[in-house]
Amino acid sequence: MNITDLTVHELQEKLKNKELTVTEITNAYCDRIKEKEPEVAAFITTYLDEAKEKAKKVEEKIQKKEMTGEFAGIPIGIKDNICMKGTKTTCASKMLENFISPYDATVIENLKEKNIISLGKLNMDEFAMGGSTEYSYFKKTKNPWNLNKVPGGSSGGSAAAVASNMVPWALGTDTGGSIRQPASFCGVVGLKPTYGLVSRYGLVAFASSLDQIGPITKDVQDAAMLLNIIADHDEKDTTSEDIEKKDYTKCLKNDVKGLKIGVPKEFYAEGINKEVKDTLYKSIERYKELGAEVEEFSLDVAKYSLATYYIIACAEASSNLGRFDGIRYTYRTKEYKNLKELYKKSRSEGFGSEVKRRIILGTYVLSSGYYDAYYKKAQQVRTLVMNEFNKAFEKYDVILTPTSPTVSFDIGSKSNNPLEMYLADICTVSVNIAGLPGISIPCGVDSKGMPIGMQLIGNRFKEETILNAAYTFEQDFKFREKYQPKFIK
Amino acid sequence: MSRQDYEVVIGLEVHAELSTKTKIFCSCPTKFGAAPNTQTCPICMGMPGTLPVLNEKVVEYAVKAGLATNCEISENSKNDRKNYFYPDLPKAYQISQYDKPLCEHGYIEIDTQDGNKKKIRILRIHIEEDAGKLNHDEFGGGTLVDLNRAGVPLIEIVSEPDLSSTEEVDKYLKKLKSILEYIEVSDCKMQEGSFRADVNVSVKKKTDTKLGTRTEMKNMNSFRSITRAIEYEIERQIDILEDGGKIEQESLRWDEVSGKTFSMRDKEDAQDYRYFPDPDLVAIKLSKEYIQNIKDSLPELPESRHNRYINEYKMSEKDAGIIVSSKYLSNLFEEASEICKNHKAVSNWIISDISRILNEKEMEPNEIPFTSKHLADLVTLIDKGTISSSIAKKVLTEMFENPREPEEIIKEKGWIQISDEGAIKEVVQKVLMDNPQSVADFKAGKDRALGFLVGQAMKATKGKANPQMLNKMFVEEINK
Repeated sequence: MNITDLTVHELQEKLKNKELTVTEITNAYCDRIKEKEPEVAAFITTYLDEAKEKAKKVEEKIQKKEMTGEFAGIPIGIKDNICMKGTKTTCASKMLENFISPYDATVIENLKEKNIISLGKLNMDEFAMGGSTEYSYFKKTKNPWNLNKVPGGSSGGSAAAVASNMVPWALGTDTGGSIRQPASFCGVVGLKPTYGLVSRYGLVAFASSLDQIGPITKDVQDAAMLLNIIADHDEKDTTSEDIEKKDYTKCLKNDVKGLKIGVPKEFYAEGINKEVKDTLYKSIERYKELGAEVEEFSLDVAKYSLATYYIIACAEASSNLGRFDGIRYTYRTKEYKNLKELYKKSRSEGFGSEVKRRIILGTYVLSSGYYDAYYKKAQQVRTLVMNEFNKAFEKYDVILTPTSPTVSFDIGSKSNNPLEMYLADICTVSVNIAGLPGISIPCGVDSKGMPIGMQLIGNRFKEETILNAAYTFEQDFKFREKYQPKFIK
Repeated sequence: MSRQDYEVVIGLEVHAELSTKTKIFCSCPTKFGAAPNTQTCPICMGMPGTLPVLNEKVVEYAVKAGLATNCEISENSKNDRKNYFYPDLPKAYQISQYDKPLCEHGYIEIDTQDGNKKKIRILRIHIEEDAGKLNHDEFGGGTLVDLNRAGVPLIEIVSEPDLSSTEEVDKYLKKLKSILEYIEVSDCKMQEGSFRADVNVSVKKKTDTKLGTRTEMKNMNSFRSITRAIEYEIERQIDILEDGGKIEQESLRWDEVSGKTFSMRDKEDAQDYRYFPDPDLVAIKLSKEYIQNIKDSLPELPESRHNRYINEYKMSEKDAGIIVSSKYLSNLFEEASEICKNHKAVSNWIISDISRILNEKEMEPNEIPFTSKHLADLVTLIDKGTISSSIAKKVLTEMFENPREPEEIIKEKGWIQISDEGAIKEVVQKVLMDNPQSVADFKAGKDRALGFLVGQAMKATKGKANPQMLNKMFVEEINK
């Protein structure tokens, strides 16, 4: 048995049956990180020694029966834009290279309550802006399926770490597809919860009205379990909804009979890679065979989502990132003559080019004289997008699309072409615009062996519906048994 | 042309710190004067990842202020971000309200010099967070940021440009301040900056219909400077116009020492605050019942007390005005009167001696160190003849210096009035012997001579002799 091959629910099983101990698990992951991290470069910070210490303590407490708990001692990796007290939270930016958070994000508190052990902070595009993790100030993370290719982004470190078995699961964040797209590129499961289901307190904001924290896991059951831990109303986040706490593993019924699936034709149009499309069509056929009712329909307004997304996301980012000004915990330029120059130079030197591009875009669309034409108009379109999804969910339980128009691409092939990079978000952004839950699961590989992701979109707070749909497909298709990155062997 | 040919147009934006226990978006305390950065947390320090949660008390207080100034209260309101860079603003945006303020279209009535009432319209009242404070060279050189004040709740009360003189500005500000004190939403301590005003001034020829270009003086925090600054600015603007020049629309800084205004920033820095709705905060929705409940809970406002004092206590318009100008004075009046049952004497003490001492000491009424019981006791001591009113003035001064029971003060100082007939007779006889000329004058019909004799007796007893008894006894002795 290879410990790091296992899912979390498999680890739990082994712990319960005393086939494994907490320290064995933690040590196995620490060894795996030492072995594979040099090639994959998924972590910005690791704290393996501390993790081993913690594992030892947890194990002692379990032996003394001072601690029970189904997740005690399970390792995890955290995207580096989520604050953990006393540790660096860099957002993969030079700006925050030395920022040590003075507090825990609510999701970190949730994990600590369960005695889950963090192994480290994972790489990402700077401030979560990008789709390839190439915009990290620190390193370029590789796709474990092909080390010449990107892991996707912005949660590329999280997806690559899970795919390469360096962590059993991880937290990512998703503003326009940043959980789902890297999950799709790395052949793992990524869930973006409904806006308001998971507290954003302690997530360094990129675009406040779009950001959500969510799980990146090896399978759907793990995603449901991690969602159980992090989905909770939080008084510290007024945008978090006060809804009843659910057990998301209960909905995994392995049955889609009668499930109404809508397939929006705009998501299968020009610009979507043929192999991706064909694989999706095959999956749709399989759903039909499993008893789902599938229908094609038009989600016309979706074509405006991308423009709307980049206006709203950049506008909010331009304001959210203002606090990184060289005054307190951020990077500060070495020489300056006055306050204005301190600001200018610190921000010019501390931010990478993509971040600056988006701050400039966002500043522009909020400027007086342009606000109505861009920001206000974008908010109006946002309402239209929501309405159109609402209408669709009157007819369908689930909307099924590709997660990304393509599979993973070569490192360096798009990083100098921002527009092309933005277009890659076409399938995922409307989900954030409408605040809906979306999950990406692997549904095949292309001719070169790179994974292809399928996105299932649900209505607000209908995580259970998409989790069950995803689970049913997964149980039938058995992706993990059929395909594994060569890298793993 | 001269000053008389011009009309002055003034509008005010008053910032009042709300006296909530905690800050507007976190649970840090708001107390003034703590050591730098001791009343801060990751939220008000703008740490990455933190989120604001709106303090409901802030909304309640702002709605109170709106209702007390005759505003309409918006059932649907929201918070907006005002973006700009400054080291005292840790998030690089201030959470404020832009196009949907909590309160709109109110007014305050002031008394004009010709004895009429004038309505000063209030455009809006909105809630926002205060910024931190920069300390220049205070702690061993350089500029350091103190974020204790960051996130302290403010209301901004924006008037229409309805004010046309410094007297009106003064009355408006005092009225507004007293209203806020009465409804207990702000302690309005100007010297601590919890009540401060941005003053917009423009002038135009009386014959012109269009308003002149205005200038703005920011963060003024004393009535005296506001008056001086406006006067200066009116003169400056008229001088420029008389010389054929143009007024620049700009922000000015009033310099108290030189008595002049100075331009604050260069024009190329014209700010675009890029207001937009704060996505971290949900919209503010108030029910009709909520607003009505606050309306029902409002305490008696100065206007109503003013009328009551005139009708019930037959006070003059002016005296009633002085007392109600401060909730503290008004409460002092009501409480002390209730105890000593001599409202006339209490109001006289407040209007004359107490007001004078406050003025001399540049103190706010709420800084009066003694209690209403002390004042009532002082009045009772005079009424009982234990002390004379001239001694009482000394006792009052002492009550300001070292507040304690007036009775304790007079005992300690030996100021108890001499009402013993034998002792007074002794003094009277001595004074009569020493001043034969005055006695002769009095006998010759010069009544003023009696006053002199009484004064001599008072001097001899260090003011402790009972003046009524002295008067009576002098007349008796001389006429013997």
